[in-house]
Amino acid sequence: MSNRIETQHTMSSTSPAPVRRSGRRHPLATAALLVVGLLATGGAYALATTSATAETTAASEQMVEDGGKLFAANCASCHGLQGAGTDAGPSVIGVGALAVDFQVGTGRMPMAASGPQAEEKPVQFTQEQIDAMGAWVASLAPGPAVPPDRYLAGDGDAAIGAELFRINCAMCHNVAGAGGALTEGKYAPGLAGVDPVHVYGAMSTGPQNMPVFSDLNLTPEEKNDIITYLKYVEETPSVGGFELGSLGPVSEGLFIWIFGLGGLVAVTIWLTAKSN
Amino acid sequence: MRFTGWAANYIDERTSASTAVKSLGRKIFPDHWSFMLGEVALYSFVVILLSGTFLTFFFDPSMTEVEYEGSYVPLQGIPMSVAYHSSLDISFEIRGGLLMRQVHHWAALLFVAAIGLHMLRVFFTGAFRKPRELNWVIGFLLFVLAMALGFTGYSLPDDLLSGNGLRIIDGMIKAVPLAGGWISYLLFGDEFPGLDIIPRLYVLHILLLPAILVALIGAHMVLLIVNKHTQFAGPGRTNDNVVGAPVMPVFAAKAGGFFFIVFGVIVLIASLFTINPIWNYGPYDPSPVSAGTQPDWYIGFADGALRLIPPHLESVIFGYTWSWNVLIPLVGLLVFLAAAALYPFLEAWVTGDKREHHIAERPRNNPTRTAIGAAGVTFYAGLWAAASSDLIATHFRLSIEGVIHALQFVTVVGPFIAYFVTKRVCLALMRKDREIALHGFESGRIVRLPGGEYIEVHEQLDDYERWKLVSYEEYQPLMVRPDARGRISASQRVRAGLSRWFFEDRISPVTQRELESQRH
Repeated sequence: MSNRIETQHTMSSTSPAPVRRSGRRHPLATAALLVVGLLATGGAYALATTSATAETTAASEQMVEDGGKLFAANCASCHGLQGAGTDAGPSVIGVGALAVDFQVGTGRMPMAASGPQAEEKPVQFTQEQIDAMGAWVASLAPGPAVPPDRYLAGDGDAAIGAELFRINCAMCHNVAGAGGALTEGKYAPGLAGVDPVHVYGAMSTGPQNMPVFSDLNLTPEEKNDIITYLKYVEETPSVGGFELGSLGPVSEGLFIWIFGLGGLVAVTIWLTAKSN
Repeated sequence: MRFTGWAANYIDERTSASTAVKSLGRKIFPDHWSFMLGEVALYSFVVILLSGTFLTFFFDPSMTEVEYEGSYVPLQGIPMSVAYHSSLDISFEIRGGLLMRQVHHWAALLFVAAIGLHMLRVFFTGAFRKPRELNWVIGFLLFVLAMALGFTGYSLPDDLLSGNGLRIIDGMIKAVPLAGGWISYLLFGDEFPGLDIIPRLYVLHILLLPAILVALIGAHMVLLIVNKHTQFAGPGRTNDNVVGAPVMPVFAAKAGGFFFIVFGVIVLIASLFTINPIWNYGPYDPSPVSAGTQPDWYIGFADGALRLIPPHLESVIFGYTWSWNVLIPLVGLLVFLAAAALYPFLEAWVTGDKREHHIAERPRNNPTRTAIGAAGVTFYAGLWAAASSDLIATHFRLSIEGVIHALQFVTVVGPFIAYFVTKRVCLALMRKDREIALHGFESGRIVRLPGGEYIEVHEQLDDYERWKLVSYEEYQPLMVRPDARGRISASQRVRAGLSRWFFEDRISPVTQRELESQRH
C-alpha cells in the first residue's frame, strides 16, 4: 500500500501542469479551468489560493466549496481533510482536475476495497460532482486539467497513433488494447469502450501503475493520434472473423485443440461407430 | 465403361500397376476411432501444402524497406519490410488471400495438434513396440519437423510478433557457451535482426523442411503398410492377423470422405475465426514487445520453460557469461525430447521382450508405461501452461508470481504425483476388470432368499466382452543371471532393477482355469 502511495505521489509531482483556457466542455468545468489557469499563471500555492479564488466568479467559488465538501465526505478518510494523504491513501495535492476526472469518472475512486489496484466499477457521482471535486483538488495546487475537446475528437493520424501505441502502450495493454498482466496481481486493463477523456487522463496523470506520459513525452496532438487509433480498432469490424479476445496465439491454440481437434475426434468416433 | 476398361488396360500394360493396386486394395485396416488421428494430421498437411502454394504466389520474402501504401489505415505511411508488406497485401488486397492465410495457419496448428494426439495414442497403446520402433522414431522426427516448419512460418510475416519470437531464438542461440555469438551471426548474417533472416527462413520453410517432411511421411506410410496396423484385442483378433475393412472400397471411401471433412472443418474455422491478425502487430521493431506475446501453441513448452526457470542463474567463467537460466531449459527440453524419441528402445531393453506385437494394449494393462506417459504429459502441460502465465493471471485474477510458482510445482513435482496416481488407478482398473471377468457385473437386481437373506444378482459377461478383459500379456521382472563367465555385470543389475520397477506391481490376467472354476 505504501508503495502505491509513493508512486502516485512521485508521478503527480513530476507531471507538469498543462493549462488551457479555451474549449469548454461543461458550464461548470469552465469555472474549474479558470481556477486552474489563474493558479498556474499566478504561481500561487496554498496560501495564495484564497486570494486567487476571491477574484473568480461566485459560481466557481461555489463549485470549489461544494467540491471541498464532497471531498471531505467521500475521500478525506483516506486522502486527508486537506488532501495531503494519510497512511491509507496518497496525497492529492497537485494531481489536478484531470486525475479526479479519471479516477472518479471511471468509478475507480472511491475504492471499493483494498487490493492490488483500484478497479473500475459503476461511477458513484454525477459529472457535476466530479467536476466540483476536480475544482477543489485543482485549487490545492496546479496539476493537469481536463483537456479541450479538440484533443479528444479522435480525428488525428491513426498510423502515427498506432506506432506510438505499439512503442509506448502495447507492452502492458497488448497491441490490440486487450490488456495484460503486471506483477503481484496488478494488471493493465483492456481499452475497448474507454471514453477518450479517460484515455487522455490516464496518459497525462499516470493512474495506478501506469507511467505518466507528459506533454513533453507525448504531445496533446500525439495523445489524440493514439485516441484515433484506439477508436479505429474499436469501430472497424474484424476482417478475419471472430477475434477470440484478441489475445494472440494462446486463445488460438486453445481453440484448435478444443474445437478443431475436439470436433474432428468426435467425427472419428462417429465414423467408426457400430450401428445399433 | 468400355473406355474405363480400355484406359485401365492401357495403363496396366505399361506400368503393371494392377499388382500394386491389387495388394494395396486388399490391405486391411482395423477400425477404431483413435486409429484415425494420424489421418487428421496427414489430411491437414495436404491442406497446408495446397494453401501454402497459393501463398507463395504472392509472398515476397525480402527485407528491403518500403513505405506501406495499402488499404489498412493505421499502417499507411509506416516504413516496413517488403515481406511484411506482401503479407499485408495477401490479407487486404489479394482476393481470397486472407482466407488462404487463415486456412494455412489454422491447418498448421491442427497438424501439430493431431500429430501430438496421434503420438499419445501410439504411446499409450504400446503400438511403438517391435516391429514398429523405427516408425516411432520417424514419427517423432515428423513431429520435430512440423514444429520447425511451424516456427519458420510464424517468423515469415516479419511483424512484431514474429520478430519477438526470433529474438527469443536469438537469445537462446547466444546462450550457447563459446560458440553462441558466432552461430547467431552465421544465422542472421549480421547483428540481430539483420537483413538475411527472412529469405533464409523462407527457403527452409518452403523447400528444405517440406521436402524432408514429405520424404519422411512416405517412409512412415510404407512402414505402416509393411508392419500392418495394430488392433485391439477381440474375438478373432490375434497377434497374427488383422481384422478390419479392406482399402478398396470401404476404407478408401471412408478415408476419402474423412479428408473432405477435415478440409471442411479447417476452412470453416478459417472463415469464421481470425488467426494471427498481423496488421495489429505492426512491422518488426526490436524495441517494443506487446503484452500477450506468445509463440504458437507447439512452441509454448519451450517458452514456458524459459518463464519457469528462476531468474539470475548466471555465472561468469573466464570472462564468459554462462546463462544457466537459458541453458538449463534448453538442455532440459532436449533431454525430454530425446527420452520421447528413444523410449521404445528403453522399454524393449527393460522388458527383454524380442517378440513382435501387433495387438494394441489397453493403457491400464501396462500400468508403469501409462504412468510414465502421464508423468511426461504433466511435465509438458506444466511448461505449456507457463507460456500463458500472464493470461492465466489476468483472466483468473491471480498474481503472476503465484501462477509461476504454482506451475513450477506442477512441472517439477506434478510428474511424480501423476506417476503414482496413474499407476494406482491402472492397477485398480485391472483389479476391477478381473473382478468383473470372474464374477460378472452387478445387475442391480436384489433378490430375497427364502431364508430372508438379500443378495444382488451378478450377471456374467458374454464371451465377446470378457475377451477384452482377460486377453493381455503379463510381464515378470527379469532375473539377474550370471553371464557365460559367471559374472553379473553392472548393466545387468541396472536392467533387473528397472525391470522390477516396471513389473513388480502387477495383476495377472484371469486364466481359463479360474474362469471355469468360477462357472459353477
